[in-house]
Amino acid sequence: MNTLTERQKLAYIAGQAAEARINVELETEGMTLNIGPQHPATHGTLRVVAKLDGEQVVSANPVMGYMHRGYEKLTEVRTYPQVTTLVNRIDWLGSFANEVPFILAAEQLMEVEAPPRAQWIRTILFELSRIANVALFLGDMGVQLGAITPVFYAFRDREYVLNLIESATGGRFHPNFDRIGGIKDDLPKGWIEETRGVMVKVRRFCDELEELILGNPIFAARTRGVGVIPGETALHYGLSGANLRASGVDWDLRRDGASPLAWNQVDWKVWTHPDGDSFARYWVRLQETREASYIVEKLLDGLPSGPIMAKVPRIIKVPQGEAWVSTENPLGEMGYYVVSKGDLGPFRVKIRSASFNNISIVPWVLKGVYVPDIITILASLYFILGDIDR
Amino acid sequence: MIAVALSDYWVQTAIKTGVVLAVIPTAALILGYVFLLKMMSHMQSRLGPMEAGPHGLLQLVADGLKFIQKEDLFPDRADRFVFAAAPLVVLCSTFLLYVVVPAGPTLIVEDLSTGVFYALAVSSISVLGVLMAGWASANKYSLMGGLRAAGQLIAYELPMVLAVVGVVIQAGTLSLQGIVTSQANGEIFGIGLIGNPFILTQFVGFAIFLMATQAELTQPPFDMPVAESEIVGGYQVEYTGFRFLIFFIGEFGTAFVFAGIAATLFLGGWYVPGLDLDGGFLSNLIGPGVLFAKIMLVAFLIFWVRFTYPRLREDQLQTFAWKYLIPISLLNILATAVLKVVL
Repeated sequence: MNTLTERQKLAYIAGQAAEARINVELETEGMTLNIGPQHPATHGTLRVVAKLDGEQVVSANPVMGYMHRGYEKLTEVRTYPQVTTLVNRIDWLGSFANEVPFILAAEQLMEVEAPPRAQWIRTILFELSRIANVALFLGDMGVQLGAITPVFYAFRDREYVLNLIESATGGRFHPNFDRIGGIKDDLPKGWIEETRGVMVKVRRFCDELEELILGNPIFAARTRGVGVIPGETALHYGLSGANLRASGVDWDLRRDGASPLAWNQVDWKVWTHPDGDSFARYWVRLQETREASYIVEKLLDGLPSGPIMAKVPRIIKVPQGEAWVSTENPLGEMGYYVVSKGDLGPFRVKIRSASFNNISIVPWVLKGVYVPDIITILASLYFILGDIDR
Repeated sequence: MIAVALSDYWVQTAIKTGVVLAVIPTAALILGYVFLLKMMSHMQSRLGPMEAGPHGLLQLVADGLKFIQKEDLFPDRADRFVFAAAPLVVLCSTFLLYVVVPAGPTLIVEDLSTGVFYALAVSSISVLGVLMAGWASANKYSLMGGLRAAGQLIAYELPMVLAVVGVVIQAGTLSLQGIVTSQANGEIFGIGLIGNPFILTQFVGFAIFLMATQAELTQPPFDMPVAESEIVGGYQVEYTGFRFLIFFIGEFGTAFVFAGIAATLFLGGWYVPGLDLDGGFLSNLIGPGVLFAKIMLVAFLIFWVRFTYPRLREDQLQTFAWKYLIPISLLNILATAVLKVVL
């Protein structure tokens, strides 16, 4: 790690020199390369303005906002039940997980608590959307590095999880299933058995990718020591989720946060990796996907019976107050700060989405790397455009 | 008499040109269909194109027609002449490569006495085309792709040549036809049943040759010049329509002929035991089929790696070439030479 930070320092100095054009050996001029907004590696419309000296990055700045949809403002003209439809579309790969913190915040303001069965089903669906989200990352990282096959395996096995979400909620990508005081419906018949089968498939998929990608020497050469983020730096930049845990910081809101959801009712492990490089980020996400499948199985074992809705009034009016709830979403910490004035809809909602903070480290971490490493690092930081721009 | 000889010469040349002109697009179509469309799809648990023709057989023909219909676009600030010439230069190198690969005792365009040397030399011409394309496109991504290609192809010429030297030492000739004959007449521990395909003694050379081929063709794991997830196609980024089609044909045509050269150098070429080496009609009939089968085998290896592996970084690639491939191939030459003298 020492050598790498040293390299970054040197590159910074070289960059300063290149910018001032005092290269005495050969009069060279830097080149500004616009990566994006239309670029396959930015899966969406992120733009990275990179100043290059040859193939080395002197400075890189992400430019965001090409897909800004104004969700924070839109929530102010929606009623509380309508907001979940909007926030589904923030991180569109793990939609259900977006609804949960908002509903929890509203429940906290209304002082309603969902019955245990609803909380457990929420947790199960939450973990399923984590698998659906991260599975795509596991394949997509291969594409970014040039291996085109793994992503198709990811799409194939993610399909089983999406089918589960669809059969339980009716929506493949945007379930809109969480309600204040519980969930919309109970689980359909036979769903639990099917889920157990799918979880075995998910683990097989993880094993497959562990061999195909993690075991590949070229993948290791491309990712080990690339984009090293020390734990302290990660904390300073507000990183969360697997990006933080891959830097050796043992922090997971599912375990450390006070959440009414059922994570603390079952036994599971938080995975960390001390290296903090791109390889570690991939490794941690792979382990978390597998762990999520175990969590789902354990939750299914202990699923309590009972009602799925608490008593809530037909027309939901949230009393005056302010609440902050955040959960450990697939991409990292996602939270909602809800300010209510006692109306049908929120007065103001501040959304803290994980990718926005995760991407803020890009200028720091890209300094001094080579052009291909830009792609590796962006891919390993794993952002969803909707989660950055909202 | 002179007139007859002259017309004979022209007829022969016309036939040879026609054959090469027909073979290259056919080869590109076959490799493109079998490997790019079908094998890759089935490896990735999907079907691939199924609608055009039986089992999607005519998909590439349809794509080709589509490419021809497209508008011929030039980037605004492109160097128009160089931009237009670049794909043709790349294709030129492909055409020239086909000249020396024997498909039968007499089925060879020109049996040059320096066949291997010539093939490796003309294959470098494509670098020029790639550099021209990268420079003339007036696009930063293209430029980076072109420069990467130049650096990479130069680094991989050397291991390729060195890998072939082992075969040449063993065969004692540079002519590809001569190499086939020498393999057919070879003996394994005194038994001449299947000849002596050089892959048995030159397996190190074969592996290095395949890796260098992979780099020469800019395929994963050595595809940084095109690297569609980084520099979005590299030197091809500004090419559309039939100019892109020419690049495509060049790429797959070259893959075919390189597989052919590998098959000739290491797998015995068009020869299987039982064939007549001196130019019987049967040999000329079966020889191309045998060569084709061997080419498909080698091409399968090349494309298998292509669809599975991630790509290296440019500096890692150079390290790999200069620190590993070249020393290993030099050791291989040394061992071959010593054994040749001893045995």
